[in-house]
Amino acid sequence: MKYVAVGIAGMVGASLRYLIGLSFQHVWLYDFPFATFSTNMVGCFLLGWFTLLLPRLKFLPPVMIPALGTGLIGSFTTFSTFSVETVELMINSKWGIALLYILLSLWGGLLFLWLGYRFGSSKGETST
Amino acid sequence: MMLSILFVAVGGFFGAIARFGVSNWIKGKYPSSFPIATLIVNLSGSFLLGLIIGANLAHSLQLLFGTGFMGAFTTFSTFKLESIQLRAEKKWKSLVIYLGITYTIGILFAFIGIRLGTIL
Repeated sequence: MKYVAVGIAGMVGASLRYLIGLSFQHVWLYDFPFATFSTNMVGCFLLGWFTLLLPRLKFLPPVMIPALGTGLIGSFTTFSTFSVETVELMINSKWGIALLYILLSLWGGLLFLWLGYRFGSSKGETST
Repeated sequence: MMLSILFVAVGGFFGAIARFGVSNWIKGKYPSSFPIATLIVNLSGSFLLGLIIGANLAHSLQLLFGTGFMGAFTTFSTFKLESIQLRAEKKWKSLVIYLGITYTIGILFAFIGIRLGTIL
């Protein structure tokens, strides 16, 4: 049951990633892979937030925690596409953009996850 | 368009289940505070996606195995969540090793995959 739920959520996550990729197809920011980058950043924020939020939602069936975190957000974000895009930039001698992509993903991902975490932990407290 | 989404969705279904299954299996077999499961998934997925892109498969197969399966099999968000958790536990050495290995070996494996795919 858990596996089926993760799979169905993964279907939704992968399809959303694909649709976002299609809609950013004509956005060219000096070959910077904007679609994957923004997908990964949004996903990091949401996973950080969900990690603290979901276990607190009493009405949520327990199976939904791995479904939404591991299935939906896990499949929405991707590491393999990031690696391949970086290699393609390098093969095309776009070293500056490749380096920028790596550094922004490295630090941006940590930042957005931490922001999501903070956003999740501040909810329900009286003052922050 | 609808058919393309279907390919990605089917790939995503199996990719997510494969990641969940492999992670649970590795975590059960080799319990460790170091996130070895996600590391293995991301490194092998980078290599395999490189192979798929390098081999220049038909568009529908790229959507099914590449965008769908490998896209969902590998994950960026869980990788960052585990990094933040290592930071919270002040496991600095593990954190630096985890980030360093994921990025350098992940990109290297994607490169090897693409080159190998071009030859095959």
